[in-house]
Amino acid sequence: MKTIQYDKIVNTVAKMCIDANCNLNSDIRTAIEQSEKCEKSPVGKDILQKLIANADIAAEKQVPICQDTGMAVFFVKVGQDVHIEGGSLTNAINDGVRKGYTDGYLRKSVVKDPLNRINTKDNTPAVIHYDIVEGDLLEITVAPKGFGSENMSALRMLKPADGVDGVIGFVLETVEKAGPNPCPPMVIGIGIGGTMEKACLLAKQALTRDALTHNSDEYYANLEKELLQKINKLGIGPQGLGGTTTALSVNIETFPTHIAGLPVAVNINCHVTRHVTEIL
Amino acid sequence: MERRISAPLSEEVCKSLNAGDNVLLSGIIYTGRDAAHKRMIETLQSGGELPFDIENQIIYYVGPCPAKPGEIIGSCGPTTSGRVDKFTPALLKKGLKGMIGKGERSPEVVEAVKKHSAVYMGAIGGAGALMAKCVVKQEVIAYDDLGTEAIHKLTVKDMPLTVIIDTKGNNLYKTGKEKYKSL
Repeated sequence: MKTIQYDKIVNTVAKMCIDANCNLNSDIRTAIEQSEKCEKSPVGKDILQKLIANADIAAEKQVPICQDTGMAVFFVKVGQDVHIEGGSLTNAINDGVRKGYTDGYLRKSVVKDPLNRINTKDNTPAVIHYDIVEGDLLEITVAPKGFGSENMSALRMLKPADGVDGVIGFVLETVEKAGPNPCPPMVIGIGIGGTMEKACLLAKQALTRDALTHNSDEYYANLEKELLQKINKLGIGPQGLGGTTTALSVNIETFPTHIAGLPVAVNINCHVTRHVTEIL
Repeated sequence: MERRISAPLSEEVCKSLNAGDNVLLSGIIYTGRDAAHKRMIETLQSGGELPFDIENQIIYYVGPCPAKPGEIIGSCGPTTSGRVDKFTPALLKKGLKGMIGKGERSPEVVEAVKKHSAVYMGAIGGAGALMAKCVVKQEVIAYDDLGTEAIHKLTVKDMPLTVIIDTKGNNLYKTGKEKYKSL
């Protein structure tokens, strides 16, 4: 049994929120740099260079890469042998978000109610997904999610007979419809299988994977590569102004599903694609 | 090659801009996004006055981050314009001449842009730290209770923008994409 203090979680989460928003992850930076070399549109090339320059300014001044510092989404793996002392884990995470978004001068973008829209002024509550695992570690991943891209995401309950062609068609349709809105170049998280909500969760989780890696299953790794190629032939390009870099990466995650179903969720992210993980 | 333009915009300048032009904007602009637009339209509908004289002005769709000590403004890149499409034709009718944002506009907005000889320009989405460097002065002039969604008056210098929809109704998102589409 390991005991972790409430305040330690609060302080760790606060730091993670600031770090995720101000420092562009190295995988994304590499992906942008690689794309810049191949981009056929001069305007597109210029935009990709400006995105790198923007990340440099953000890192140097420790200001957010993008003003939409997102709704704070968490994936938390709680070891069965972990005991939290001083309060609940959920409260600790929300206190950490409150502290991080205030101390880090991050934007508060959360409204208390979806229809009666009053800003909570501290970016809480966070959206937290828990997973209970073996051991005595507490693994926290924060992935602040901007809504320019979140709004262009989609779910479709395909028929098993639609197969892989149905999945490809749906992904391309979703990306094409998103067009310039999610600030391309995008990162595309795809969840295939499970139930309706499980597919969405997989798609979100897929966005926390290193953008330079592929699914460990060769079939899905190849599907990721095929989709990325096809997406980059849509012509949308950086900022939607035309070009060959529409997406930087396609990440697929899967789960067993029902004999009658083929749920597919496409969660679109912008080039910032923030995620930071800490283990306590 | 970038052309320098200044805000507020005259109809003559608007008409001389073409989709695809890169411009550097200097002058005074106003921020406004979802909640501020909703409130402005409700004000107009109830016979009230807008919080600033909108004639020939530019609205920048942005909700900035708070400024760190010693800074003028926090990161301030554009937000998705399409969410205020419902409110935009009424503001164009009142004299609004320019909009800065990112993403597609509705056919109704494109028609209103043509009708009122206005212009829609794009800023680089996700480059909020870079955009903040173009802001030399800022103050909240209305709707302070909306937090980041309050209306800010910004003085900008050499803000890099691209003309997306011009007074003729040309749309760079359509022409740019067609040029590079190979699927």
